[in-house]
Amino acid sequence: MPEGQFKDGIAGGRLPADQYAENFSDLHPPLDHHEALVESDRCYFCYDAPCMNACPTSIDIPLFIRQISTGNPIGSAKTIFDQNILGGMCARVCPTETLCEEVCVREVAEGKPVQIGRLQRYATDVAMAEHKQFYPRAESTGKSVAVVGAGPAGLAAAHRLARYGHEVTILEARPKAGGLNEYGIAAYKSIDNFAQAEVDYVTAVGGIDIQNGKALGRDYQLSDLTRNYDAVFLGMGLGGVNALRADGEDAGGVVNAVEFIAELRQASDLSSLPVGRRVVVIGGGMTAIDAAVQSKLLGAEEVTICYRRGQEHMNASEFEQDLAAANGVTIRHWLQPKRVIAENGKVSGIELEYTAMDGDKLAGTGETLTLTADQVFKAIGQSFVPAALNGSGASIDLEAGRIKVDAEGRTSLANVWAGGDCIFGGDDLTVSAVAQGRDAAESINRALR
Amino acid sequence: MADIRNNFVGIKSPNPFWLASAPPTDKAYNVIRAFKAGWGGVVWKTLGEEGPPVVNVNGPRYGAIWGADRRLLGLNNIELITDRDLQVNLREIKQVKKDWPDRAIVVSLMVPCVEESWKAILPVVEETEADGIELNFGCPHGMSERGMGAAVGQVPEYIEMVVRWCKANTRMPVITKLTPNITDVRKPARAAHAGGTDAVSLINTINSITGVDLDSFAPQPTIDGKGSHGGYCGPAVKPIAMNMVAEIARDPETHGLPISGIGGITTWRDAAEFMALGAGNVQVCTAAMTYGFKIVQEMIAGLENWMDEKGHASLDDIVGRATPNVTDWQYLNLNYIAKAHIDQDACIKCGRCHIACEDTSHQAITNMVDGVRHFEVIEAECVGCNLCVNVCPVENCITMEPLAVGVMDERTGKPVSPVYANWTTHPNNPMAKVAAE
Repeated sequence: MPEGQFKDGIAGGRLPADQYAENFSDLHPPLDHHEALVESDRCYFCYDAPCMNACPTSIDIPLFIRQISTGNPIGSAKTIFDQNILGGMCARVCPTETLCEEVCVREVAEGKPVQIGRLQRYATDVAMAEHKQFYPRAESTGKSVAVVGAGPAGLAAAHRLARYGHEVTILEARPKAGGLNEYGIAAYKSIDNFAQAEVDYVTAVGGIDIQNGKALGRDYQLSDLTRNYDAVFLGMGLGGVNALRADGEDAGGVVNAVEFIAELRQASDLSSLPVGRRVVVIGGGMTAIDAAVQSKLLGAEEVTICYRRGQEHMNASEFEQDLAAANGVTIRHWLQPKRVIAENGKVSGIELEYTAMDGDKLAGTGETLTLTADQVFKAIGQSFVPAALNGSGASIDLEAGRIKVDAEGRTSLANVWAGGDCIFGGDDLTVSAVAQGRDAAESINRALR
Repeated sequence: MADIRNNFVGIKSPNPFWLASAPPTDKAYNVIRAFKAGWGGVVWKTLGEEGPPVVNVNGPRYGAIWGADRRLLGLNNIELITDRDLQVNLREIKQVKKDWPDRAIVVSLMVPCVEESWKAILPVVEETEADGIELNFGCPHGMSERGMGAAVGQVPEYIEMVVRWCKANTRMPVITKLTPNITDVRKPARAAHAGGTDAVSLINTINSITGVDLDSFAPQPTIDGKGSHGGYCGPAVKPIAMNMVAEIARDPETHGLPISGIGGITTWRDAAEFMALGAGNVQVCTAAMTYGFKIVQEMIAGLENWMDEKGHASLDDIVGRATPNVTDWQYLNLNYIAKAHIDQDACIKCGRCHIACEDTSHQAITNMVDGVRHFEVIEAECVGCNLCVNVCPVENCITMEPLAVGVMDERTGKPVSPVYANWTTHPNNPMAKVAAE
């Protein structure tokens, strides 16, 4: 029986023990002082800068870069945190290539944008290393706010509310705070337990009590919160995973990509984390890329992403697609899952059907393809699970399956706001969740005064 | 192929690029390396009189300011004249000149302001077979505190006196190096001319403090907690130097006096500009100190290529060509009208032209047109000031386009006049010279 990389089935220890640390090292290593100065010099300090307008949190990017270039990284960090208290994580996980850096005028001029994300990381790293806190809390207002979910939206809302002097309680279903920052991002984007360091940095403002293991609908009801708190912010993200709707998807070895990613992030020893020899990932977004690349880095021999539409329709950015390709992941397009093939209850392959556009509708062509696989990851999107929310009391209006909010983040229920992935109209980005949490907090603060 | 051989007051060199009297020309080792790299000549670092040499500080001698990417823009130094023994320098000069007969070697001199001192040094320099001498009347630090260098250069009468002594006591051509630390550079140039100098060279360095250490609150460069003004040079001083060269070149009293141009020359283009303003050749220091001697190769090739391209056969064809176009403000044509024009294909939409104009000038550039980010000149507001051109990061993206005669200037509502008219006859000028009725 072959061992290591060529061992059939789902197994750990596919690589030499020392390979894992290298494979999961920092995707974008931090800029050192000299690199940061050279890069910051490239910024033109544009008027009404396109990068700033492209940032969902509207960070004053030209100003923070100028502050780096003048030897004021602490001032730079404050400029960033003023708009985005999770600026450290956003510097690591933002798809800058489709946000600020895509519209950088030097991208237009030279095809080489200023490396805004890495500069942001430089400044925020300096401030966080010095435990520099910029925001003293206002005098207590005597008002209390419950925040459901300690992800980016909840943390951003909590920080802003705490600054205004409100008492904040965050109720988090998982054992740790951080949400997708802790459980949902590829490990090489957030090394050295950064998500927890950031939670500590954010909560250091004071007045934020995080209670872990408290799930809405299981441990408490929304009506409990509206009764006991002056306001409620819902930022619980997406709890459900879309099904493949392919025969046999309950076979062993068919796994939700988000669970695999979470398990990998929480693993203390990556070498013991099992992965298939031949992995197929169904989906075309960031989650698909994260699952595929990390499978490869764990030692899977063959990893194939199958996406039901064309390359140009993929939600994963071009950079992410290139990252996958560079790591040896094969991306195939116009294929949808038809049937999971199982032997003895375990997946042994997947039958896919080619697709094509039929007018403006996607349809199977009838032609099929079978890929050998001992592990299949489902990464075709997540869904909001409203059951817990509307388990008791008045129900909240939804739109297209997610919570409906107005421009300020107010839900249909009095004194209840929402933000992040659970609301309708978002783009499933960390940075957007931060913006929504922050803005809802502003709205809550206005309402409480 | 353009001929760039240089003949400056009878001193011949294969090209017009000399190294200025400064640290790069302090000893044979450096000068030989410079000649090997292709420099046409050197002005040997200033010699003092016989006796114990001067001493230099043992801490930092240089300070600097930088542009983007830490490009050195300005350098300042507090080094004094040579701190090597006079006889060692003289022996080396003689040997190098012997070994490199086609290159120019001029010796910079600075001795006390008494005739005996000059009478003593001139023959020993002459004995080296050097091509000429340059009188250091510019060194702004240290030596000036001892009544030499800029202390002489700031008093035209002293300049004239010393030049006269030198002309009386040597057959070598005399180049008088001028300090810019004065209010009107024409005065010392006229004095040198009156004393019979063969040429002037300028500028020497400018009094400067390049920085302040904000921890110790000491000026930089800092010697044990204190600093002293040094001499400023490098690309940052080039505009100041060029103006001074032009002032002397167009002054009727000194018109035709040979000028060796110095001040921030870094590329062939800088050199060509100095020469166009009237310099017969150029001297370089900071660029060599920043990048090494090899830069002369770019200068030589660049100058030749440009001359070939423009059909200039020799340096005589370019020297002083821009001098007649330097005039006083009062003679500028007030009927000339230009408007900025933005090349939309080249524009990268940084918006700096807009904000510069909007905040600090004439509100003549849009930032938004029909809800789209768009930068365009509003001709009815544009005074043609050129600020947008200067702040634009893309070369030739914004240009100043003259309005043709007869075209309506949207700002004034008047057509462009074909008549040249300057301030001297302008109706708003209370001193206007109106033709007698």
